[in-house]
Amino acid sequence: MISLSHTLILAALLFTIGVVGIFLNRKNLIVLLMSIELMLLAVNINFVAFSHFLNDLAGQVFVLFTLTVAAAEAGIGLAILVVMFRNLSSIHVDDLDTLKG
Amino acid sequence: MELKTILFYLFSAILLFAALRVITARNPVHAVLYLVFTFFNTAALWLLLGAEFLAIALIMVYVGAVMVLFLFVVMMLDINIDRLRQGFWSYLPFGATIGLLMVAEMALVLSSEYFSTASFPDHPISASVSNTKELGRLIFTDYVYPFELASVILLVAIIAAVMLTLRHRTDTKHLDPSKQIAVKASDRLRIVQMSVEKPVTDCAPKEVLT
Repeated sequence: MISLSHTLILAALLFTIGVVGIFLNRKNLIVLLMSIELMLLAVNINFVAFSHFLNDLAGQVFVLFTLTVAAAEAGIGLAILVVMFRNLSSIHVDDLDTLKG
Repeated sequence: MELKTILFYLFSAILLFAALRVITARNPVHAVLYLVFTFFNTAALWLLLGAEFLAIALIMVYVGAVMVLFLFVVMMLDINIDRLRQGFWSYLPFGATIGLLMVAEMALVLSSEYFSTASFPDHPISASVSNTKELGRLIFTDYVYPFELASVILLVAIIAAVMLTLRHRTDTKHLDPSKQIAVKASDRLRIVQMSVEKPVTDCAPKEVLT
């Protein structure tokens, strides 16, 4: 049978993969966005697991809201990516140096 | 081990493999496809945990809409993969160290007695209770105000995405029907009032003839 700690460890592993993905692909904006999606997914798995093991549906309602916010974030992020590619012809993070920061 | 446990471990293993491939895939298109695979496995896990509505919503909304959007953008951009991959191997030791540290910390916390099966017993999923019905009842009663706010967030995202990518090109010769309809006669023709001039009597061609 599935135990809560197994599910939580799975979500922790997925979250860690997302964080490592940000470290490894820090030049590639698309994979950075995908790593953020992975981390959000890990959080959602945690919500669903707690909702199941506490027998409380509030967790699943929150997953619904998290999905909404994540979809909005992905949409706006990709829009920014498209605008950036139109102006710079590149999605390389090092090319984002207009502000000379 | 019962079937549910075997399925849980199977889907978890595939999920972790697909997630690893997302961050290590060379081609961004492959990364997006592995992310789709990850979402499918997560949906299967959520079905095992009794969250049927969310599992289907994840496939419909995430795989069907968001990931397709990702695919469109990735395929539309003409990117230099080699330049984007530079520094991948040099960041690997540092990233792997951070990752192992996080996994070790979380495993220590999560495998403790506090999250054990004794304190969180597995609730059997009753066949008579509809997850979708219960979720819908909660959303439209207790959580109706946050639900409306979520729709406002989506509206803001729509407007932001459209306004970010909208551009007015001046180099094309496209026609604007609304401007064509709204045009007035005064925009096209200008009637100039000027004084009458006297006819010229000695004109040049006469001299040429003689």
